Amino acid sequence: MKIRYHSVVLDEEKCQGCTNCIKNCPTEAIRVRGGKAVILTERCVDCGECIRTCENHAKKALSETLDDLKNFRYRIALPAPSLYGQFKQGVMPRAVLAALRQIGFDEVYEVAAAAELTTYAVRTYLEEYTAKNDRKNLPLISSSCPAVVRLIQVRFPGLIPRIIPVEPPYVTAAKMFYRERLPELEYSPDQIGLFFITPCPAKITEIKTAIQAGYHVDGAIPFLSIFGKLQEQVEAGEKVDAHPQSTGVGIGWARAGGESVAVKWENALSVDGIHHVAALLEEIEMDKLNDIDYIEAMACPEGCVGGALTVENPFVARVKIRKLAEAANDKELPPEVAALGAKLYSEDFFRSQQDLPAIPALQLDKDLGVAIKKLEQVEGLMTKLPGLDCGACGSPTCRSLAEDIVQQNAQLSDCIFILREELEELASKLLLLSQKRPPALGQTGSEKEVAKSESQESLGENRSPDDHRE
Amino acid sequence: MTTPGMVLHFSVEGGDFAAAGEAASKIKKALRKIGIDAGVIRRVAIAAYEAEMNIVLHARRGRLVLEVAEDKLQVIAEDEGPGIPDVNQAMQEGFSTASDLAREMGFGAGMGLPNMKKCSDTITIESVKDRGTKVVMGFDHR
Repeated sequence: MKIRYHSVVLDEEKCQGCTNCIKNCPTEAIRVRGGKAVILTERCVDCGECIRTCENHAKKALSETLDDLKNFRYRIALPAPSLYGQFKQGVMPRAVLAALRQIGFDEVYEVAAAAELTTYAVRTYLEEYTAKNDRKNLPLISSSCPAVVRLIQVRFPGLIPRIIPVEPPYVTAAKMFYRERLPELEYSPDQIGLFFITPCPAKITEIKTAIQAGYHVDGAIPFLSIFGKLQEQVEAGEKVDAHPQSTGVGIGWARAGGESVAVKWENALSVDGIHHVAALLEEIEMDKLNDIDYIEAMACPEGCVGGALTVENPFVARVKIRKLAEAANDKELPPEVAALGAKLYSEDFFRSQQDLPAIPALQLDKDLGVAIKKLEQVEGLMTKLPGLDCGACGSPTCRSLAEDIVQQNAQLSDCIFILREELEELASKLLLLSQKRPPALGQTGSEKEVAKSESQESLGENRSPDDHRE
Repeated sequence: MTTPGMVLHFSVEGGDFAAAGEAASKIKKALRKIGIDAGVIRRVAIAAYEAEMNIVLHARRGRLVLEVAEDKLQVIAEDEGPGIPDVNQAMQEGFSTASDLAREMGFGAGMGLPNMKKCSDTITIESVKDRGTKVVMGFDHR
């Protein structure tokens, strides 16, 4: 299997080998082996659910740090809109932008501003699609959450064509920077470093993979890792304006539902939390939601404000974002933004460059015949396993253990209940054997009883008196 | 040469709306595990769901059977129930004998059998009044 890059990795020292994370993974991508969690890279969608769940903080996200700014002559921060919701009530975006400048960036390009152009693009795409397609393949699904996109690739490949082929806002921010700002600067593109300030590991992975494909963004730095420094600067009280300056429409993207509010699409549905998203995608796959045009699906609770690498409580951050957005006109795209959006849309500027193949990581085998046989074996094992989904074997459910056994990554005795049964059987055999004596020594009292019970062919009745099983 | 088919059984209880849809969902998951084409899975899942709902809505109890061979898939829905007095009539869109309760819950649009027919490549329906119904749906997946 091809190893894919992942931001989410395990901190072996911190992992206690508990089974909290394996139970919560939406793609059953974690096993506990040898007392440590192991992430199956093919399946991982980088949603960060395990980072959230782990009480020992043993899951972490690989990312760039402020040290990486040194590799570039001119450094640009691309702050996610959700960053604005991390600070105390009353801290305005302008103070956050100034703080980013203070900690080492030469310039800031607001992703919230780019989100407004994205808003235009998504709306226009929806208008065009619903006008010419006779409600076939609806609802369409937003492309802005990379964990959701990857979840679709792994678990719902049939829905890949429904992902709206519009770049997410941070990519548009980077592209806009190169288009509008670069010509004004005296640096060559390789001297310029663009860093997305990220609430989640899924964006880090997306950026890493995109760099490999020769993309625009050079790295990602999590909120968590720079929050302290930003907080100090925010308190120092400086403010700067960004160009272009975002309005409430773009800031609102930080919270679940913000995207569909911005896009102003009446017949839309917003869902957040990776398990809720998965349940909804199941419904879409069954064609049950084809009276809806557009689904905004966010892997994190409350949307990007609930990202696994954020600082503030998602519910609190959500309210702050709402207030900031309302204070900065979240009703209508500014006319100049809509005009620019229209111009860029006609140039196909927003069209997603990403190839989105199906990732068959959950398939039992490439060969259909073999896969069928394996599934039969899985079903056979399911009749033996207790069905408690306790996770003590290191696989999240009895079914996943059965699959692991069939794939030769586990064995039946990994189940502690099966192991107990085997031990019980062995113990009773041992007991019988221990009571047997060479004929020359003659039978003891207890041996006579054993011989008697054996002749009755009913071992079960010979249990100790406190073990009533009727 | 095709491999001998795999057969999975899923029981369905009449009137059990809490569990309704689970059999179809398990069928969908099983097909995904063996790597059946996503478009085919979708058709099978929708047809199986409609068949399952028919059992929940109309019958006392029944079961779905999934049979998978390398080139062919079959879903059989069998139930003990009232039977379908006039199959041709039941195949018409909009015809339904669902109860008021079922209609209140949003079912009974009369699209069940028509949808099953639309999604499957072959369909046969055998029904005996007051005994039950057996629907066999075939799907090509190669």
